Amino acid sequence: MAKLRLDEGKVSQARETARLIVEDTHNYTEQFTTSTVERSICRLLGIDGVDAMGVPLPNVVVDHLESRQLLGHGAAFWLGQAALSLGMPPQEVAQSISQGELDLSQVDPVDPLEIQLWAEQVAEEAVAKIHHNRIVREEKLLEYGDHGGPLIYVIVATGNIYEDIIQARAAATQGADIIAVIRTTGQSLLDYVPYGATTEGFGGTMATQENFRLMRAALDEVGEELGRYIRLCNYCSGLCMPEIAVMGALERLDVMLNDALYGILFRDINMQRTLIDQSFSRLINAAAGIIINTGEDNYLTTADAYEEAHTVLASQLINEQFALKAGLPEEQMGLGHAFEINPDLKNSFLYEFAQAQMARQIFPNAPLKYMPPTKFKTGNIFKAFVQDTLFNIVTVTSNQEIHLLGMLTEAIHTPLMADRALAIENARYVATSMADFGQDIELRQGGIMEQRANQVLDLALDLLLSIYRDGLFHTIEEGRFAGIKRPFEGGKGLSGVVLKEEQYLNPFIQPLLEESRLGSERYHQHKARSKQGENYE
Amino acid sequence: MSSGLYSTRKADFDTTLDLTQLKPYGDTMNDGKVQLSFTLPVSDSDVAVEAAKQLAVKMGLVEPIVSYHAPLDKNFSFYVIYGVLGHVIDYTQIHVNSVEVAAMTMDETDSFIQQNFGRKIKVLGASTGTDAHTVGIDAIMNMKGYAGHFGLERYNMIEALNLGSQVTNEDFIRKAVEFDADVLLVSQTVTQKNVHIENLTELVELLEAERLRKRFLLIIGGPRINHELAKELGCDAGFGPGKFADDVASFICEELAARKQQNS
Repeated sequence: MAKLRLDEGKVSQARETARLIVEDTHNYTEQFTTSTVERSICRLLGIDGVDAMGVPLPNVVVDHLESRQLLGHGAAFWLGQAALSLGMPPQEVAQSISQGELDLSQVDPVDPLEIQLWAEQVAEEAVAKIHHNRIVREEKLLEYGDHGGPLIYVIVATGNIYEDIIQARAAATQGADIIAVIRTTGQSLLDYVPYGATTEGFGGTMATQENFRLMRAALDEVGEELGRYIRLCNYCSGLCMPEIAVMGALERLDVMLNDALYGILFRDINMQRTLIDQSFSRLINAAAGIIINTGEDNYLTTADAYEEAHTVLASQLINEQFALKAGLPEEQMGLGHAFEINPDLKNSFLYEFAQAQMARQIFPNAPLKYMPPTKFKTGNIFKAFVQDTLFNIVTVTSNQEIHLLGMLTEAIHTPLMADRALAIENARYVATSMADFGQDIELRQGGIMEQRANQVLDLALDLLLSIYRDGLFHTIEEGRFAGIKRPFEGGKGLSGVVLKEEQYLNPFIQPLLEESRLGSERYHQHKARSKQGENYE
Repeated sequence: MSSGLYSTRKADFDTTLDLTQLKPYGDTMNDGKVQLSFTLPVSDSDVAVEAAKQLAVKMGLVEPIVSYHAPLDKNFSFYVIYGVLGHVIDYTQIHVNSVEVAAMTMDETDSFIQQNFGRKIKVLGASTGTDAHTVGIDAIMNMKGYAGHFGLERYNMIEALNLGSQVTNEDFIRKAVEFDADVLLVSQTVTQKNVHIENLTELVELLEAERLRKRFLLIIGGPRINHELAKELGCDAGFGPGKFADDVASFICEELAARKQQNS
C-alpha cells in the first residue's frame, strides 16, 4: 500500500500546537456575538421573509436591537420576552417591528428564567426540523448506497437558478455525486441574505433559501430516477456565514464551504467577526450532518504551491481544531488542498502526490476535499485535460474523498455542459482503471516523496509553533498566511461584533451539540455494521 | 479502415501559401482543416447528428464529419466535428492595434526609471467591481510574479500597492488620489454577461467626471481584455493573456517618458 513513513512524533506535536492556538483564540472570541449570529438565531426561531423594502426580517429585528444597544443579551432573549409578555410568536414580532408597531425595549419585563425555558423549548422544535432532514438523508443513503472511491464534485454557475437546475440534472446523469452551486461574486460581502428565487448573478447564483430548496428538490428528483443520492453544496462563508448554515440545515444541503480563515484573508472580512461566525456556523453544520469544506486550496492560487505547501498543512490542522471546538466531528471535515504546483517544475507530480498522501495519512478519517489545477491553466484545453488527468490519478491513488473536477476550459469560461461531461468521463476512467493502484504500490523508503512530505511537515510544525508564540491574530496581521496582511481592527463587519452581556442567551448551543453527537454515533454504528457485512461476504 | 474518415481523393487545391487567401492548415498547405465541438439541446439521435452536420456546413465547413457524438442528458447531446473550412482571409489587409513595446528586464526598467524620472513610479492596482478574483492582479503586482516574471512589487523603482479584489470604482479613485498614483492597473478576471465592460466604462466615466482621467495612466488587463478593447473603452492600454509584469512595466516606462517629453 502506498504509505509515507512520516515522523509521527511531529504530527502529534503539530496537532497539539494547533489545539493550543485554537484554545487561545476561542477563549477570546467566546466573549462576543455578532449581528449575523443573532440573525441566524432569529431564523432558527422561525423568522423568515422580507419587509416592504425587501429587507430580510431577521435583519429588521437585529438592526432594531442593535440600534437600541440590546443585542448583547441575544435576540432570543428579547424574542422570548415578547413571546411571553405579548403572546406573539417570533415571526409576528418581526412583522410588528418592521411596521414600526413594536419596540422591544418597551416590552414588559419577564423573569429571565421563564425566557430561558421558553427559548429551550422553541430551540428543541427548531432542532427537530434539522434532525428530520438529517434522517431523510441517512435513509436515502441507506436505500441507494454510496459508491466507493472519490465523490465526483462539479460546479454549476450560470447565475440563474433554473438554468443551474438543468445543468445540475445533466451533471448528475453523467455521474456527478456532488453539485455545488457557485455563488454570485460579491455575495460574501453582503450583510444580509437575499430572498427568493433569483435569475441574475455574476459568475454564479445567489445563495438564497428558495434557491436551495429548488435545487434540493431537483436533485432529489433526478437522484430518484438514477437510484443515487446527489449531494448539494453551497457556500457558508462571508458576512452571513451562520445564516447560510441555518438555511442549509433547513433545506438539507449536504456539503458547505466553511473555512475559519478564508473570509479574513481573501474577502478582507474582519478577523474577529469571521472567527466568531465560523464557530456557530460549524455547530449548525455539525448538527445538520453537513460536510464542511475548508479553503486551503486558495492559499496556493495566490502563493507558490511548492514553497507554501506547509501553510496548507498548518491551516488544515488549525481548521481541524476549530471544527472540533465547534462540535464538528472528523467525518464531516472536508479539509481542503489542491493540485497547484507549477507543471514545469521537475517532479511536480511527485510533490503533489506526497502532499496528498501526507494529508490522507495525517487526517485518516476526514473526507478530504481535493481541488484541481487552475492557476497554470492557460486556455490550452488539450493540455488542461492532461493536467486534470494527472490530478485525477493523485486523487484516486491517495484516496481523496471529495474530488472537485478540473475543467478543460478553466481560464476561459464557467463550465459548459459538455466541459463537465468530459471531466466526469476522465475522472471515471481514472477511478476505474486505477481503482486499486494505491493499494498495490509501495513508496520507496527515503524516496523523493517521503522526504518531501517530511519536509512539509517540519515547516508546518515550525509555522504552528511561531503562531502559538505570537497568537493567531498577530500571525494574520503579519501576513504569514498566503502572504496576505489583515489588521485586527480592519476589514469588513467589525461593527457587527458585540460583547455578550451577562444574561446573554443562545438556546441552540446545547441541543445542536447533542444532535451532532447523536448523528456522529449513528454514523459510526452504521460504518461498523457495513464493515461487518463486508467481512461476512 | 472504415470509410469516410480519410479521403483518398487527390488534393485538388493549390498547395502554395498565398497570404491573401489564408486558411487553416491541417497537414497540407491550404487543406483548411478545422475541429470544433458543441452541444445541442436535443437528444442524441440520427436526426441530431444530421443537424450538427448542417450547422457545420452553415459555419462554412465543407464535408464536415461528426467524429464523435454522445448524449449529455435526455435532451442534450455533444458533437465533435472535423471539416474543411471554405472561407479565406486576406492576411495582408489586417490591422491590429496592439501594445508595441520591446519588454525590458526588471533591471533595465529600474535604471530607465532612475534616469528618466529620478523617483519611484507609483502604481495602484485592484480587481474592481464585483470581481472577487485576484489571480490576474497578483500575477502582475505581487513580489513573486508569475511564471518566472517577477511582479511590480519586486522592482526597486516602482512603488506598487495592490488593493486586492472587489474594490468599488469610487474607492479605487479615492485611493488613487490619496496614494498619488502615476499608474492605475485594473484587472477583470471572471466576467459574465460582459459585466467587465460596464464596470470599466463606469470607471472611465467617473474619472472623467472628476477631471482625473488625464492625471493617471490607466491600464487594464484580464483574459477577455485586449489593447483594441482598452482603447475603445477610453483606457491607455490593455493586456490580455500571456503578458507579464515586464510587459506592463515596459509600457509604463515608455508611455510616461513620452508624456513627460510632450509636456516639457
